[in-house]
Amino acid sequence: MYPFDLTRPKTIADAVAALADEDAQALGGGQTLLPTMKARLAQMDRLVALSGIPEIRGICRDDAGRVCIGGGTPHAEVARGCVDSYPALAALAGRIGDPAVRTRGTIGGSLANNDPSACYPAAVLASDATVVTNAREIAADDFFDGMFATDLEEGEIITEVRFPVPQAAAYEKFLQPASRFALVGVYVARFTDGVRVAVTGASGDGVFRWSEAEDALSSDFSAAALSGLADLDAEEMISDVHGSGTYRAHLVRVMTARAVAAAS
Amino acid sequence: MTDVTMTVNGTARSAPAEGRTLLVDWLRDGLHLTGTHVGCDTSQCGACVVHLDGAPVKACTVLAQEVEGAEITTIEGMAAPDGTLGKVQAAFQEHHGLQCGFCTSGMVMAAAALLEENPTPTEEEVRHYLEGNICRCTGYHNIVKSVLAASGQSVEPVAG
Repeated sequence: MYPFDLTRPKTIADAVAALADEDAQALGGGQTLLPTMKARLAQMDRLVALSGIPEIRGICRDDAGRVCIGGGTPHAEVARGCVDSYPALAALAGRIGDPAVRTRGTIGGSLANNDPSACYPAAVLASDATVVTNAREIAADDFFDGMFATDLEEGEIITEVRFPVPQAAAYEKFLQPASRFALVGVYVARFTDGVRVAVTGASGDGVFRWSEAEDALSSDFSAAALSGLADLDAEEMISDVHGSGTYRAHLVRVMTARAVAAAS
Repeated sequence: MTDVTMTVNGTARSAPAEGRTLLVDWLRDGLHLTGTHVGCDTSQCGACVVHLDGAPVKACTVLAQEVEGAEITTIEGMAAPDGTLGKVQAAFQEHHGLQCGFCTSGMVMAAAALLEENPTPTEEEVRHYLEGNICRCTGYHNIVKSVLAASGQSVEPVAG
């Protein structure tokens, strides 16, 4: 890696102040950013490590019953800490990358990066979660803004993510075996007022809601309810060496059906 | 360069690090603990796995300055001071889990982390847990067998 300065703030306020420098970049768990910098696909003059800020790490329940996860909480901690409160989310966190990656990688880092094949964006969008930053609260439907893009402003830090807990939910991931990212992943969440379905890995625009499936599942929560739906447009799906757009469009339906079956 | 101090294999150790210095380079170049290997240097292969405050990490994807003050265990800390191998190491020797040896230190560290968390894993659980550790010479059969043996479960002995 090219040289850079590293600062380790202990509070959100100090981190925000350090990130006011226009050459500064926040560093979550580093499991994406550091390999990217080593490959010289990114170059930073100054990294502001968020790993030393205790106030953005941990899991709790708020008065509304939501599961609230600090932005700096590693995947392994979510996998252990949400087993009882939100098992589908715990299962998703426990299958990101591999055990060593899960020790370091954080939920805030994953969401801020918004990799089109990352797992957490699907959970946040399907659960209708709220992304809390040092400045404001952002609804999941407003947060994701296309491949590697979000509604976050420069220097804004994800301090917490608040998940309403569905009546039933499941995430099914078809693994891209080399990277262990999702070739296609589908998160289905059933609430009293309807079903939300979020798809990751499939679209070049990143995570999206499959609204036709949501409508069908809201009136009949069964895998059979999906059979009458038109295929997603293969032209809008990612097409690469790992799978064509047509294949991914097909996988979306298959993984949605599996997620519904697992959540039933 | 600033001096960074950590507790490595139970002893306080210091060595200089730049902002960009990786934990694996700090261990290898700073402390000359060369048992931790650099394989892919892209956090894919797991040859550099060490324990950071008791949990496995890929030391090629952690900045040394960021973990100042942490407790680190490397492969050099797995044997007793008199050289007696730890139980995972002994099982790797007994069951030919050590093949060309390049991935072995990472495999042993990952396996030890698994057994801390799950003392008697099934074969499937072992294979799943080791998905971030890649062997590129002879395969995983004896590695998995070694981990199961280290957990105290009976496995078929290696022929001969």
